[in-house]
Amino acid sequence: MSIDIKTARKVAHLARIEVAEEALPPLADALSNILAFMEQLNEVDIEGVEPMSSVTPMALKRRADEVTDGGYQEQILANAPDTREGFFAVPKVVE
Amino acid sequence: MTDLSKLTIADARDAMRKGNFTAVELTEQYLGAIEAADVLNAFSTNTPDIARAQAAAADMRIAKGDAPDMCGIPLGIKDLFCTKGVQTQAASHILDGFKPEYESTITSQLFDAGAVMLGKLNMDEFAMGSSNETSFYGPVTSPWRRGNEETKLTPGGSSGGSASAVSADLCLGATGTDTGGSIRQPAAFTGIVGVKPTYGRCSRWGVVAFASSLDQAGPMVKTVRDSAIMLEAMAGHDAKDSTSADLAVPNFEAALTGDIRGKKIGIPKEYRLDGMPDEIETLWQEGAEKLRDAGAEIVDISLPHTKYALPAYYVIAPAEASSNLSRYDGVKYGHRAKLNAGEGITEMYERTRAEGFGDEVQRRVMIGAYVLSAGFYDAYYIRAQKVRTLIKQDFEQVFAEGIDQILTPATPSAAFGLGEMANADPIKMYLNDVFTVTVNLAGLPGVSVPAGLDASGLPLGLQLIGQPWNEADMLNTAFALEQASGFAAKPARWW
Repeated sequence: MSIDIKTARKVAHLARIEVAEEALPPLADALSNILAFMEQLNEVDIEGVEPMSSVTPMALKRRADEVTDGGYQEQILANAPDTREGFFAVPKVVE
Repeated sequence: MTDLSKLTIADARDAMRKGNFTAVELTEQYLGAIEAADVLNAFSTNTPDIARAQAAAADMRIAKGDAPDMCGIPLGIKDLFCTKGVQTQAASHILDGFKPEYESTITSQLFDAGAVMLGKLNMDEFAMGSSNETSFYGPVTSPWRRGNEETKLTPGGSSGGSASAVSADLCLGATGTDTGGSIRQPAAFTGIVGVKPTYGRCSRWGVVAFASSLDQAGPMVKTVRDSAIMLEAMAGHDAKDSTSADLAVPNFEAALTGDIRGKKIGIPKEYRLDGMPDEIETLWQEGAEKLRDAGAEIVDISLPHTKYALPAYYVIAPAEASSNLSRYDGVKYGHRAKLNAGEGITEMYERTRAEGFGDEVQRRVMIGAYVLSAGFYDAYYIRAQKVRTLIKQDFEQVFAEGIDQILTPATPSAAFGLGEMANADPIKMYLNDVFTVTVNLAGLPGVSVPAGLDASGLPLGLQLIGQPWNEADMLNTAFALEQASGFAAKPARWW
């Protein structure tokens, strides 16, 4: 499966990475090469095999559904590029 | 002054307890060594003030006589570990200036045990790379050279700063992380010991995530004994990591008897690659003979799906990375791109990530987005997860047949020159992980032990793969291999 320029543009957008038009052809080539490498997986007989969901068989621990931690507004905002009045600030989203 | 080139964690522990030198004296000596080794670019941030304060506190504990093994031991911490108030960037531009408000569980445990942090260590960006050349801080140089050549060599990656710092005696030990071989490959390239524990042995909390089902932290040190001591301090259950195992941590050092009589060591035929240098094949055979001489039984085994480990890994790891790295959006921390008039939040996300991520990270995030996208999820991701099940079953079968550990080469070559792979296909670089990546996919413990030098004088390593949760026995076999190999080479100091 090879990736064309249109697909490369779509993948870049899905990944939320800005890619200039002139950078799309080499990107498409690079992604195609990696996908070609993955095609080897098609040789494997996977009939009846369960996909792995957990590498070590363990049941996730449960706990009561209650607040155990929190109240760190200042620390959470401490590294943000832009904050206002205790919130993260971003460019206008709603017209 | 202590000869740092001969000092180990075990020696330093014993010497400080005897009062031969103090943690403060040792720390000063290491801070001096780091300052004199700037050219290696192993450290990304130096933390001398923290180191001095921790060393002074360690000396008080040692004086009281009940200090833990790691008390007063100067360490380097990979930049992937969140350290409270200290720059933590995963060697990425996108985390510019990030100073965590919290401490990772592993560094907390090490500091609680009295360890001293000399600084943060350079690495491949987000641990994606095998040569430390994807770092935003610039590549790390290995202290090793090919004979008298001045060519700068890679220490390997992604834990390249850790490997370079330990082998150049800039610290007694370093934390590393290993998603596909990022502890074991650089350890092999620099003649040190690197352990990737069983998945779930060490908490991932506060370690910047790359591929969560594969990531595991471990120690990078000079000897197997030191790896046992440091691993014990790093390991243990953590309620903050739901995949951390609620199992007791054994005394790994006490397991090092060197007695491996009757142990069954598997030699997997699939690890014999076309085009592999003869030196590595010879090293591997000699390693097996040494274990046989020590009383182990050498058994030929087959791990039939080995060939598919690398392609499966390069579906699964980028898929998890694309999900984990979605948090870098220019809102919560780090870099945010400047916008032009009329541009909005989509441009902010996309430009921030284009400016903030390097080429290799961008490539993997996009591959991940692709294999997880509608229409391709089953063909790539689910198929890879099924192949992963088969790879794990290969190991389960040989362990069920009584194999205790598996011996393989650690890497398909010795260290290469910085820039030598610059124009190579990315897949060429991925092949560095061919012997190590199976271990991550199966969640097993693995250790790289220095075993010899190639014709140009560069270190080569052998890998032992253990049964899940049996790091103790794996390290004991590694200890026997280390003793039989008698590896004592050090890089000649040029820096």
